[in-house]
Amino acid sequence: MNDARELLPVPSQESRPKRNLFAFLEGWLYLLPSIILFGVFVFYPMFRTIYLSFFLADQMGPFEFVGLENYQYIVSSDSFQSSVKATILFVLYTVPAGILLALFLALLTNEKIKGIGIFRTLFSSTMGMSVAASSVIWMFMYNPSIGVFSRIAEWLGFPAIQWLQNPDYALLAVSLSTVWMNAGFAYLIILGGLQNIDTHLYENAKVAGVSYLYQLRRITLPMLSPTLFFIVTVSFINAFQTFGQIDILTKGGPVESTNVIVYSIYKDAFINNDVGSASAQAVILFFCVLLLTALQFKLGERKVHYQ
Amino acid sequence: MILAKRISLYTVLVICAIIMMFPIFYAFSISFMDGGEVMGGQLLPSSLSLDNYLEVFKKVPLLTYLLNSFVTSAIVMGGQLLVSSLAAFAFVFIKFKGRDFVFFLFISTMMIPWEATMVPNFMTIQSLGWTNSYLGLTIPFFALAFGTFLLRQHFKTIPQELYEASQVAGISRFRFFWNVILPVSRSSLITLGIYSFLTNWNMYLWPLLVTNTESARTVQIGLKQLQTQEIASDWGIVMAGVVIVILPTLLLLFAGQKKLQKGLTQGAIK
Repeated sequence: MNDARELLPVPSQESRPKRNLFAFLEGWLYLLPSIILFGVFVFYPMFRTIYLSFFLADQMGPFEFVGLENYQYIVSSDSFQSSVKATILFVLYTVPAGILLALFLALLTNEKIKGIGIFRTLFSSTMGMSVAASSVIWMFMYNPSIGVFSRIAEWLGFPAIQWLQNPDYALLAVSLSTVWMNAGFAYLIILGGLQNIDTHLYENAKVAGVSYLYQLRRITLPMLSPTLFFIVTVSFINAFQTFGQIDILTKGGPVESTNVIVYSIYKDAFINNDVGSASAQAVILFFCVLLLTALQFKLGERKVHYQ
Repeated sequence: MILAKRISLYTVLVICAIIMMFPIFYAFSISFMDGGEVMGGQLLPSSLSLDNYLEVFKKVPLLTYLLNSFVTSAIVMGGQLLVSSLAAFAFVFIKFKGRDFVFFLFISTMMIPWEATMVPNFMTIQSLGWTNSYLGLTIPFFALAFGTFLLRQHFKTIPQELYEASQVAGISRFRFFWNVILPVSRSSLITLGIYSFLTNWNMYLWPLLVTNTESARTVQIGLKQLQTQEIASDWGIVMAGVVIVILPTLLLLFAGQKKLQKGLTQGAIK
């Protein structure tokens, strides 16, 4: 090893630029597959979507420039307004409930007791469940005549509810199933965050004899804040991108009460063949997600620093 | 921990487990029931009959769907591992002009939701003639910013001395990448592999768009088809389909839960 080091030629002034050029080419070569794929399947279609949003278009492509008319049209259309309302309500129903549930389960399983591994595996299991499979199961559970929810309602003496056919309940029903579907992922992330907290902090707290709640408020939650912040943002973005459970459980109905934004884009583009309007909605979705991610990077950066 | 506290903790844990696992348990249970038992609203089947499992393969070409899902998930997994690890390697071990700019490009892809770009992507796949083929189901997903960051995080923990030593020994960068970096990063690669297999097996919207023939469909679309066909007639068969589709990913998750948790937290937070 030492011999080799002595033999190592000191880079001379002539060979430096050559080596730099070589590193430059090699570096880009390693990145080329990613850059090409991102170019073709992420950046190009994003600009194309923005472009199409200014046109009347179908699946063949644009055919008439209309400026901002697509935007004016969707903003004033009842369908889009109900879609915005459904999306916002869906976010409000699923994000806080989902995170509280995951946090609760993660706090429970952060204790070191026998058999805790089994519970951890069970609680994370919905992460292995596909949206399609979960939705089919929940569809059965919501079945008004034989589903488990009707059985419970019947047992308690309430009338059976048409969960998915009633515009007052459909979004709530879809949200409940979504909270369950997303619980596994949020749980795994939060548990990971809890396990990263320095155990010395708890030992000190134990010596000082503080209560569990005090410990939770003064140590656990502040130390967990970067993780919580991350999962809040991701849950928001996921909620904006919901599609599968809507497609299987309600198809956006009844009376568009569950027509969340991605389902609305899908319907306009692939069923109504109105690609211009779908693109305008996609641009709006893009800006919502952009705002959330930018917020996360900006605030997340600050939070991680003082940890 | 004092005994009373321990008992109450176990009680809460068991109750939570029962509630959280109920839908999965329910699906398993229904999958063994005949029509009458399902209609009767029973919780448990009277016998463990496998009739529904045999029947579901006759109702839809489930074997083809399973094969399609398996092959596409495996291809995407391999593609993502290769493309992401190449990029991560360049970010950690090669210093060159423009690297920060490319890094910024990678970050910005995370701000673009896949659903916002699906219409032009669908048109691209259509004009390439890749609908109803493995190409259309796999190639668009090969590059993954999250995967690159996750591997980059791990590559950064590999001592730079190792790299310098390889340079001294005159090993080319690619051989160093292939023979040294990839083997020592095995655990991160497995984590990312599990993650990509899971996500691709469970993908719904994209296969729905780019496949419309029975020979090209994946299991998730097969489930939708099964549910639309069989609704009201035979839930036992539908649930047998559900169980077959979720078993591989559940087993994968059970096996890799610890790794996944560690990897996701690392890739996500840092």
